[in-house]
Amino acid sequence: MADASYPEDLKYHPEHDWARIDGDVATFGITWFAQDALGEVVFFDAPDVGSTVTKDESYAEVESVKAVSDVIAPLSGEVVEVNPALEDSPESINESSYEDGWMIKVRLSDPSQVDALLDQAAYVASLD
Amino acid sequence: MSTTENTTGRGTKDVHIGDDSAIAREAVLPAAGGSDPRPLAAPTTSVNPIQRDHATTIFEKSVAGRRAFVAPDAGVPEVALDEIIPAAFRRKAPARLPQVTEPELVRHYVRLSRRNFDLDTGFYPLGSCTMKYNPRLHERVGALPGHARLHPFQTADHAQGALEVMYGLERQLAEVSGLPHVCLQPSAGSHGELAGVLLARAYHEARGEKRTKVLTPDTAHGTNPATVTMAGLEVVKVATNPDGGVDIDDLRAKADEDVALIMLTNPNTLGIFDPNIEEIASIVHGVGGVLYYDGANLNAIMGISRPGDMGFDIVHFNLHKSFTQPHGGGGPGSGPIAVSDRIAPYVPVPVIRREEVPAADGEGTTHRFDLVSDPDRLPDGAPGSKTIGKLRGFQGNYGVFVRCYSYILSLGGSGLKDASEVAVLNANYLLAKLEELGVRKQLPLAFGTRCMHEFVISGGPMKRELGIRTLDLAKRLLDHGFHPPTVYFPLLVEEALLIEPVETEARETLDAFAEALAEILREAGEDPTIAQNAPYSTPVRRLDEAGAAKKPRIRQPIA
Amino acid sequence: MTRYTTATDADREAMLAAVGVSSISELIAEQIPQSLLLDRPLDIPEGLSEQEVYTELASLAARNTSAEDEVTFLGAGMYDHYVPSIIDMLLGRSEFLTPYTPYQPEVSQGGLQVMFEYQTAISELTALPVSNASVYEGPSAVGAAAYLAKLVNGKKRIVVSAGVHPHTIQMLGTLAVGYGSEVVVVPLKDGATDQEAWAAAVDGETSCAILQQPNFLGAVEDVQALSDAAKDDSPAVVIGAYDPLTLGVLAPPGETGVDVAVGEGQTLGNRLDFGGPSFGFFAAREAFLRRMPGRIAGETVDVDGRRGFVLTLQTREQHIRREKATSNICTSQALNALAGVVYLGWLGREGLPELANLLVQRTHYARTTLAAIDGVELLHEQPVVREFALRLPGVDVEQLVSYVQDHGVNPGLALTRTHAGTYDDGLLVAVTEQRTKEQIDELAALIGDAIAAQRGGATSANARTEISA
Repeated sequence: MADASYPEDLKYHPEHDWARIDGDVATFGITWFAQDALGEVVFFDAPDVGSTVTKDESYAEVESVKAVSDVIAPLSGEVVEVNPALEDSPESINESSYEDGWMIKVRLSDPSQVDALLDQAAYVASLD
Repeated sequence: MSTTENTTGRGTKDVHIGDDSAIAREAVLPAAGGSDPRPLAAPTTSVNPIQRDHATTIFEKSVAGRRAFVAPDAGVPEVALDEIIPAAFRRKAPARLPQVTEPELVRHYVRLSRRNFDLDTGFYPLGSCTMKYNPRLHERVGALPGHARLHPFQTADHAQGALEVMYGLERQLAEVSGLPHVCLQPSAGSHGELAGVLLARAYHEARGEKRTKVLTPDTAHGTNPATVTMAGLEVVKVATNPDGGVDIDDLRAKADEDVALIMLTNPNTLGIFDPNIEEIASIVHGVGGVLYYDGANLNAIMGISRPGDMGFDIVHFNLHKSFTQPHGGGGPGSGPIAVSDRIAPYVPVPVIRREEVPAADGEGTTHRFDLVSDPDRLPDGAPGSKTIGKLRGFQGNYGVFVRCYSYILSLGGSGLKDASEVAVLNANYLLAKLEELGVRKQLPLAFGTRCMHEFVISGGPMKRELGIRTLDLAKRLLDHGFHPPTVYFPLLVEEALLIEPVETEARETLDAFAEALAEILREAGEDPTIAQNAPYSTPVRRLDEAGAAKKPRIRQPIA
Repeated sequence: MTRYTTATDADREAMLAAVGVSSISELIAEQIPQSLLLDRPLDIPEGLSEQEVYTELASLAARNTSAEDEVTFLGAGMYDHYVPSIIDMLLGRSEFLTPYTPYQPEVSQGGLQVMFEYQTAISELTALPVSNASVYEGPSAVGAAAYLAKLVNGKKRIVVSAGVHPHTIQMLGTLAVGYGSEVVVVPLKDGATDQEAWAAAVDGETSCAILQQPNFLGAVEDVQALSDAAKDDSPAVVIGAYDPLTLGVLAPPGETGVDVAVGEGQTLGNRLDFGGPSFGFFAAREAFLRRMPGRIAGETVDVDGRRGFVLTLQTREQHIRREKATSNICTSQALNALAGVVYLGWLGREGLPELANLLVQRTHYARTTLAAIDGVELLHEQPVVREFALRLPGVDVEQLVSYVQDHGVNPGLALTRTHAGTYDDGLLVAVTEQRTKEQIDELAALIGDAIAAQRGGATSANARTEISA
């Protein structure tokens, strides 16, 4: 498992989720802190492409051997892509939380919601 | 992220899968009198070669042409199958079951059995599981054809002995619980819970009340919330106070007119008898709610205190815990419920009725038992007269009833009380012994100073001071020949160990267990890797559970 | 002191001293309020010696008429099949009888491998890829399957064939209150599920469609047709409740459109035990793996690379997912399922179809023989495997049963006990491999006698039937 890290170019949700904003599309995943708390991920239960996710609400579940976690959407929108590699390699969520372990891409319904997310410094401060 | 978990979920983190080329299979075996190939402590028990069998399934042992079964001659004129069942409805190819002889079958399963730890072999202090001795008398009487080969649809007149067993067990359980009516039908504790919650719901609805909430303590067993959802109601968690009991202020805040029932275990999963139970009952009854007692821990209070007298309306029993039904490696169990008068009309059917009938010789009366399924045949207000229906086929796990009825006949009322008293004594003695040996410095009691029949210690200090976790301690206990306690439950105690020593264990066994714990802590002080890599002496060592969950292989591929 | 509690008086004294109290009562009084202590002994008689308990339970057993005491043709959900001797021996072994659920896999490999083998056997039998390690028993397995369907599609309509066991239908009504579902029962036509009514009942809001194979009246259903109809424009999960032994001859659920196959496992090496314990099997399509209730054993390796087994996919279960669990069930019916897998191994690949054929042949003979009796007709003419239903117009069937039982033969179930008002003149007859041709002939003679006795004797039964008709 990689060392703790929280990239500066991402936006963060207090429930330990990150978002990478690219125009009106955002990529979601969970932070290093979240994957560390969960332990070795064995299953990612992805939403369907085309379904909608709502900010602050659960859009998926991620499982370790003896724990299940809801994954919270940092922003609202429509799912345009799910990470197909996680079906065979859910451990990417542990090993590469911000790159290979991304979960879904969402076309944002309200890009202004981004303003309410935490920046890296604020999120890291919240972990203490 | 909100996480629901039981154990830490991280036990597999430091497990690495070795490969056979690096360490030959047998090399990990500590050769008798020889030295262990790795810088790890030698196991404390020797390993039987059979236990180290390479796992081969019965399907892999199949050889075409071998068989155990020889069919009797049909003895009737043979008719072509096509004339009886159209080919379209028939199976094209046989199920690929094993092809083995009877001797092979016996050897396979006997060898497999030797790869299990069992209660007859050693101490099994699993908290909240009540692993007490299973008398063999029960197996003998349960196997009598009059019980074992009795058909569940046999007419009542031909099943009077069975109905008397069931009626007698109902009366015994009613007396132990302090509630007037018993329904034996549920198949296990969780099934009894479902019955109980559906009963409470039916009771309220019959009064025109639509109540939706079920209060459960945050220490509750997972079956409680799961049951509530299956019964279509909503879980509301109640906090635990610093003494380990229900937080009365939180209860008051949450007890309102929407509460259908509260589900409690007393003594609770921390082994603590809640001293405020009467107040809890009065608060919940005050808002019109029903009190449900999870009987998981009944072994602490038989003949000492009764849920009915505490104010509970519904109790479930785990006959496989307090009443000695063998656990069978995970079933069968049985989960009868006892209920108050106000709940009784709703119980599942059939109900057993004892009727006075004229004696055969015309002199006076005798009695007869009947099983009644039709609520219209039951007097108004009688158990089952407004039944919720059924929870399963027939009338319950009768084979379990025979065993438990026998147990209660063997012990009698005073014997049941003695069993609970000694269970409490054993638990407190073990606590004292752990104190005497200094174990509780690193494994402190989580709540209170004494306990009922079980107690929770926390591995938190052990983890910080010695670098081994509760999981490691548990695995190392296996090398000492003990089954570990329940681990990582209850959830609110860090690195929890829930220990229930039961009344059938001797003082020497408790001493030996306490000494094993002390020894493991001492050893960890010198070298924590020993426990961290334990066990060594078991049929297999730590298993890759994450790998099993990622790519589930849940059946044997068949060529 | 009881014979199972170990502490002697001297032990108790020493242990109390170690605890630092003078008596057990003091230890308890510290913890339980005085007002809650039971102030009298339990009103349960004093304990008995082992031999006294044996004598009592033996005398109670003697007051039952078991399948050892009469020649029984009673079935209707549980059957008097022969249980091979190796099952008694293996189930009696301490190592299988007395462990708890395999929470510590390193010392539970025997039990876990049995579960794995059991799952394999059930998958082979049903032609469905995933099986759990068993649930309580047959009817409640159907209830668990209906809960799976609800989790899968969120629909609220349970459609069930009237050919499903009456206990199961009644239980679905009980559980539906909790599931927030409605139960719709589809009638039978000529003894099998009415296909038109079935197709009409299963709609876009249907969560599951439940059939039984063979059905309660013994009829072999056209499962493929029912599955196809249920899936036509409906999200319904097709659930089949199967008698596993009949899968020796009948098409398996996985090849006839069934999504979840469940059933009563008693016939696989388990005793009658007056209704339990037995086990329920539960197999499904791959897509439902993570919605399955109950324990599942999976294969893995240990740190040394040795093959081993663990409980797996536990995040489905109540101890982790709590109120969101796939079921509240804790354990399987491990010991009963062990009997099941040993029995299937004992029958083996050739033995199961041979036994099934034997059942078909003897049952066919019995059906033909009994239907030839004056006053007896078939309730339906559908194909059957080991059970069939008769009509005895104008006969008080309960009285007939009593008459035949008085002559040492149990002729089967009087259907008025389960279907009063529908099949009051019905008799359900089961024929296992333990019933010989001679016994079948004897049954035929006794039924003939009983009918003659009723016709010749008081005709109150006939009168009653006429009034109710």
